Amino acid sequence: MADMIEIRWHGRGGQGTVTAAKVLADACLSSGRHVQAFPEYGPERAGAPLRAYNRISSKELRMHCPVLNPQIVSIVDATLLDSINVADGATKDAIFVVNTAKEPKEIRAKLKAEPAQKVFTIDATKIAIDCIGRALPNAPMLGAICKATNIVTLENLLEDVRKSFGKKFSQKIIDGNLEAARRGYGEVKEG
Amino acid sequence: MMAKVVAVTGNEAVAYALRQVNPDVSAAYPITPATDIMQRFTSYVSNGQVKTEMVLAESEHSAMSGCIGASAAGGRVMTATSSQGLALMWEELFIASGSRLPIVMALVNRALSAPLNIHGDHSDGMGARDCGWIQLWSENAQEAYDNTIQAFRIAEHMDVRLPVMVCLDGFIISHSIERMEYIDDDAVKNFVGAFKAVNPLLDIEHPVSYGPLILPDYYMEYRKAHAEVMAKVPGIVLDVAKDFEKIASRKYGLFEAYRLDDAEIGIVILNSAAGTSKDVIDSFREKGIKAGLLKPRLFRPFPYDEIGNELKHLKAVCVLDRADAFGGSYGPLFIDIAASLYPHKNGPVLSNKIYGLGGRDYLPEHAEYAINELVEIAKTGKVKTLKEYIGVRE
Repeated sequence: MADMIEIRWHGRGGQGTVTAAKVLADACLSSGRHVQAFPEYGPERAGAPLRAYNRISSKELRMHCPVLNPQIVSIVDATLLDSINVADGATKDAIFVVNTAKEPKEIRAKLKAEPAQKVFTIDATKIAIDCIGRALPNAPMLGAICKATNIVTLENLLEDVRKSFGKKFSQKIIDGNLEAARRGYGEVKEG
Repeated sequence: MMAKVVAVTGNEAVAYALRQVNPDVSAAYPITPATDIMQRFTSYVSNGQVKTEMVLAESEHSAMSGCIGASAAGGRVMTATSSQGLALMWEELFIASGSRLPIVMALVNRALSAPLNIHGDHSDGMGARDCGWIQLWSENAQEAYDNTIQAFRIAEHMDVRLPVMVCLDGFIISHSIERMEYIDDDAVKNFVGAFKAVNPLLDIEHPVSYGPLILPDYYMEYRKAHAEVMAKVPGIVLDVAKDFEKIASRKYGLFEAYRLDDAEIGIVILNSAAGTSKDVIDSFREKGIKAGLLKPRLFRPFPYDEIGNELKHLKAVCVLDRADAFGGSYGPLFIDIAASLYPHKNGPVLSNKIYGLGGRDYLPEHAEYAINELVEIAKTGKVKTLKEYIGVRE
């Protein structure tokens, strides 16, 4: 991939999207790269649409502004597909990872994806409910992104999920999130 | 020296530096986006990781008053604030500097009310530029961390003894995670050294008075002394930076000059927007356009001679301000840059742009716009609009 990878996250307040961007930054850091993770701050309300960003680069990151041309777009809440243009500014070969039970082909059509753009789907909410008993799709989304983009190894990712969730949560929740990330990695579909 | 590579927010980095310095006293009051610094620091206090006496004040006015009392008593003191918090400290800022108290304060830059806005711009710091404090400005989390550590050495230098404000951009830096390097705890401790109190109130064997009444007979001499001390600051900032380089392997000056040596046109800009501008300058350089950038670090006292000398060879300079000085005048950074070039008769043609107020994004296209215009100005010697707002609805 290019020297610098830019990622844009679309989620809703309360889904752990900002945490996911942070975990991804940390996981990429451990492979010696420069990283950034930052949300767009607005009125912080559960359910309100939000964006978060990552930059990952082999060189020092000096750019301090939102990502306008993402190579990776992560859509944590598929209801956003109806209300905002998540493909706005995405590169011609961008990778979309969408949390949905629907088939990648259907989502590809909905996104009006260009030929070189890749569309992946993962039922991250269902995996989260199975593994941790709550609709917090961030861990399976991270697993799916890891598989779809190869920006970080699954081992590094799991290590950082363990570290990040370990600060706040019980062993049961940590184990659930690790399993959820593994399943996201295993169950992501391309179309 | 062992450095620890981490991915942290600007606020987290500043709080970490404060833990490593382990000040004697802190008095603080929360305000977005600086709250997180003291929230993290008070956790260090609660967990016994620092020995700091933590005073949770009922307002920023009280917080700065507490810092002044503790500093005059003979302690190493720090605090953090933003925006309205700094505004509420106003009279105390002058008392801290006039009493020559080496307090260190992180200022997480945020717009001023009204209208209420919690996002980043430089109105707060610029409003306090003439209050007798030293100001260091920081591009990213690394610089905010490094400046915080160096601030203690500068403030407490026996030839200075003045308070220092360390400025970093609200949200853009304070709340964004970036890769940076932490210095080893012992190296920071040794670098900062033991605090040396000067005329401490608690030395009851040698009683002193702070805050006396000084009438027209001596007030002016007192102010002149302050101005003379300020003049010594740049040299000491450079000495401290040299020592700092030994523990961190990172160089600091009074400002950063980026690709300026052979440049024909240049941008002057503070803090996080400088990083975005440097990337844009690189892309113009690839097209053969000789653009450069100057990013002030020591903003107060302003190193007029050094900056004037650095910019005088350019054909055109655009100064970008993230604050306006109302009243039909120019942005505060522009005013100082213009003053620094005043002695140079054949200096560059100047223009001023106001950007990014209240957290409005500063995008690569804004730097491109400024540089394209500079190319034109360098050719014609003519400026169409001396001062304009960019990235704004008409």
